[in-house]
Amino acid sequence: MTTKNPEYDFAWCPGCGDFGVRRAIEWAVERRMDTLGEVIENTVVVAGIGCSGNMVHLLEGPQPFGIHGIHGRTLPMAFGIKGSRPDLNVLIAAGDGDFLSIGGEHIAPQAQRNLNVTAVIMDNGVYGLTKGQSSPTTALEVITPTTPYGKMEGALNPLDLYLTLGATYVASGISSKPRDLANLIYDAMNHSGFSMVHVQSPCTTYNDTFEALKGNPRKGIQPLAWNVPDDHDTSDKAAAVELVRSYGVPVGLLYQDPDSVALDERYAQIMSKQRTRTAQDLVDSFAFAVQ
Amino acid sequence: MQQDKDFIVRFAGEGGQGMVTAADSLAQSAAQVGYFIQTYSTFPSQIVGGPTWAQIRISNKPVLSSGDQLDALIAFNREAYDTHADAVRDGGVIIYNSEEFELEDDGRSFGMRFDELGKSTGNPRAANMVVLGAIAHLVSWPQQYLNDFVVRRFTRGRPNDEEIIKANIEALGLGRDGAATTSFDLGELPSIEKPDWDQVLVNGNQAIALGAMAAGVDTFVGYPISPATTILVFMEQNLTGEDKFVYQASSEIESINAIAGAGFAGKKAMTSTAGPGLSLMSEGVGMAWMMEIPLVIVDVQRGGPATGLPTKTEQSDFQIALHPAHGDASLPVIAPGTVEECFTAGAVSLNWAERYQGPVILLSEHMLSERSQNIPTPDVAGVVDERRQVYRGDNGYLRYESSTLSPMPVPGGPGSYVANASEHDPMGDTTHRPDRHIHMTERRFSKLALLNDGTYEEELANEPIVIMPWGGSKGPAREAYDELLAQGIQYGWYYTMYLHPLPDALLASLKQKELVIVPELNYLGQFASYLRSLGVRAEAITQYSGLPFGVRDLIVRIPELAASMKQGVVKS
Repeated sequence: MTTKNPEYDFAWCPGCGDFGVRRAIEWAVERRMDTLGEVIENTVVVAGIGCSGNMVHLLEGPQPFGIHGIHGRTLPMAFGIKGSRPDLNVLIAAGDGDFLSIGGEHIAPQAQRNLNVTAVIMDNGVYGLTKGQSSPTTALEVITPTTPYGKMEGALNPLDLYLTLGATYVASGISSKPRDLANLIYDAMNHSGFSMVHVQSPCTTYNDTFEALKGNPRKGIQPLAWNVPDDHDTSDKAAAVELVRSYGVPVGLLYQDPDSVALDERYAQIMSKQRTRTAQDLVDSFAFAVQ
Repeated sequence: MQQDKDFIVRFAGEGGQGMVTAADSLAQSAAQVGYFIQTYSTFPSQIVGGPTWAQIRISNKPVLSSGDQLDALIAFNREAYDTHADAVRDGGVIIYNSEEFELEDDGRSFGMRFDELGKSTGNPRAANMVVLGAIAHLVSWPQQYLNDFVVRRFTRGRPNDEEIIKANIEALGLGRDGAATTSFDLGELPSIEKPDWDQVLVNGNQAIALGAMAAGVDTFVGYPISPATTILVFMEQNLTGEDKFVYQASSEIESINAIAGAGFAGKKAMTSTAGPGLSLMSEGVGMAWMMEIPLVIVDVQRGGPATGLPTKTEQSDFQIALHPAHGDASLPVIAPGTVEECFTAGAVSLNWAERYQGPVILLSEHMLSERSQNIPTPDVAGVVDERRQVYRGDNGYLRYESSTLSPMPVPGGPGSYVANASEHDPMGDTTHRPDRHIHMTERRFSKLALLNDGTYEEELANEPIVIMPWGGSKGPAREAYDELLAQGIQYGWYYTMYLHPLPDALLASLKQKELVIVPELNYLGQFASYLRSLGVRAEAITQYSGLPFGVRDLIVRIPELAASMKQGVVKS
């Protein structure tokens, strides 16, 4: 769980965007502990498969509980943890391949349930750990080992997807600004409901988008990333959709449903009205008297 | 022979004509006066219609199987008559719906106008009661039994209760009078002694759910699938109370990962499914084995492969239950063979999962899920709610250091670690070292030895040839075994619902046998094959029709197999 473990031989490439995301997560969790007085063992980080999935082993300092599960199933595991233990703080760390491709089927149900967890998605637009294949967010016509003649399908717009599926908190971050990202993750954990923090986290080996995101005036490259305008109304979903469909990568909080009621709140409210049935009550309900 | 002690009647027709209601009504009225009853129904996978039948067996002794020699067949249409007439024993009676078709007088059938008679009472749904009245006449069943049943069943606090009760009792009378105009008679039902124990009337799925409740299940997540759906529905309705969580998932993949999450988070967690769902869960089950997370999967088997026969019975998931995942993993499997055992299995499976910190498969089957039976009231107070060893020390704990089971940290408490689906070192971090993979593989398998408290049945243990059925084939096999004994043909009898790990003493005994005959409902002879892999000389008697074994078939096939194997032994 720490870089001090001599046996753990995995390492991110130098300059990997995930380093910034790691710092941001550590800051956000530390701040949460400070402000809420919560022990770190109350947090569970659920990671998927891929470079990003190793996040859970690389967090430094006091350790939360961790899961490094199977490919694409962070949300179902988080659902079971949060459903059965609403007292825990559940944080998902996954990549674009894990979350949007193999795990894509799980976003809609959790968004509709408004599962009270925070998902931090590290998007590098490529399958890095398996050495550079195309992912759902790889752009049209890009050549990769599995798209030797150019990718034949367009890139998914994850922010648009989250808004459409009903996530009640949607933010966009960038790994090179970890302080801002930490604030978004902290706020997301405080949001009561399904909160998505989608992060541009470039792969320096297979898909280095740092320059494209930041821009380079000397080369005449316009930045893809731009800050959400100050006057954007974050409670206006239609305005958020308009932003994410406009151009490039808007960075900042896009949408937060002010009326969000999380699944655990709704569940507790409804079930508190139900009678508790013991096993004995239930067995007795099948009893019949012999006449 | 059979008719001396029990009465078997089958109601067959088109789904929606009330076969199941008729069988249930007869079952309840019989159980209420003290008989042992068992019902079984089968139907096609569609909402309404299709060929459906329901059967009830009434006895003055505990009922072992649904029975395959009918005393009476109630045919609601021609197709039902054509399909089921052969199952009626010599001297049995067929009552058919003469509004649907007519038969020549064959000396064993008579027609009645069920619907017309039913409707004449003013209750359009009283046709079933006409049928029950007719049956009551055939077995000289006191009218009062059925009248009392109708009063209890339809006293529901509704304004028209009285009207419906009156119409139904009238319909019973019309049926009885109609049958009385014929000369058919099935003799009297055997007399009964009132049982001196309390009873419940439940089916296999209900019994599993009750057992799980008794053992303190905390979290249940499932996805609808025949024939397991009723367990999910039961849990949705009844798993209430503080710290409980129940939810319908969006797929079986979500179910397994969700209960793995709950198990990781310290809860007793369970899901239910059938073969197709178990296939989808494969990777998640392997993960739970790897991470050492307690959870239970109930697989109510149906016909396979693929979508297979959703509403028919089969025992063809044994191999996938034992090895549901890729890689080196071998799961504990508990397969109940009776409704009573379903209750025990529901409880023990959860306790086993907690004890060895890993996934357990409860392997039930369609024939148990659809079987209602009156059984002695399960002893809820006697069920142990066994919980995992929880780690309570300081932080810095090495969860996976020991070479066998070790206390499990629970989120919120001390000892944070990573539950890792990749091979891992003592703190849960990913490793590729050969020594670690050896250590962890052996650790995972070593924990199975903690599940050595399985019980088994053993009779005539000195016989060199023995019968050892598993799961729901226990009932028909036992009936065949008793029948053969009565004929002077003697074998040993072995049975356990703890299929993996098998009780040590049982396995030792089986290895001494010349031949272990395993009746099982699959083509491959899956359990027999497993026994052979353990060094037991086992041979299967297979059937793969989607139906339970018939006792009369087993009575022929068991001695046949025994004889052919004996020849083989002599030849070699």
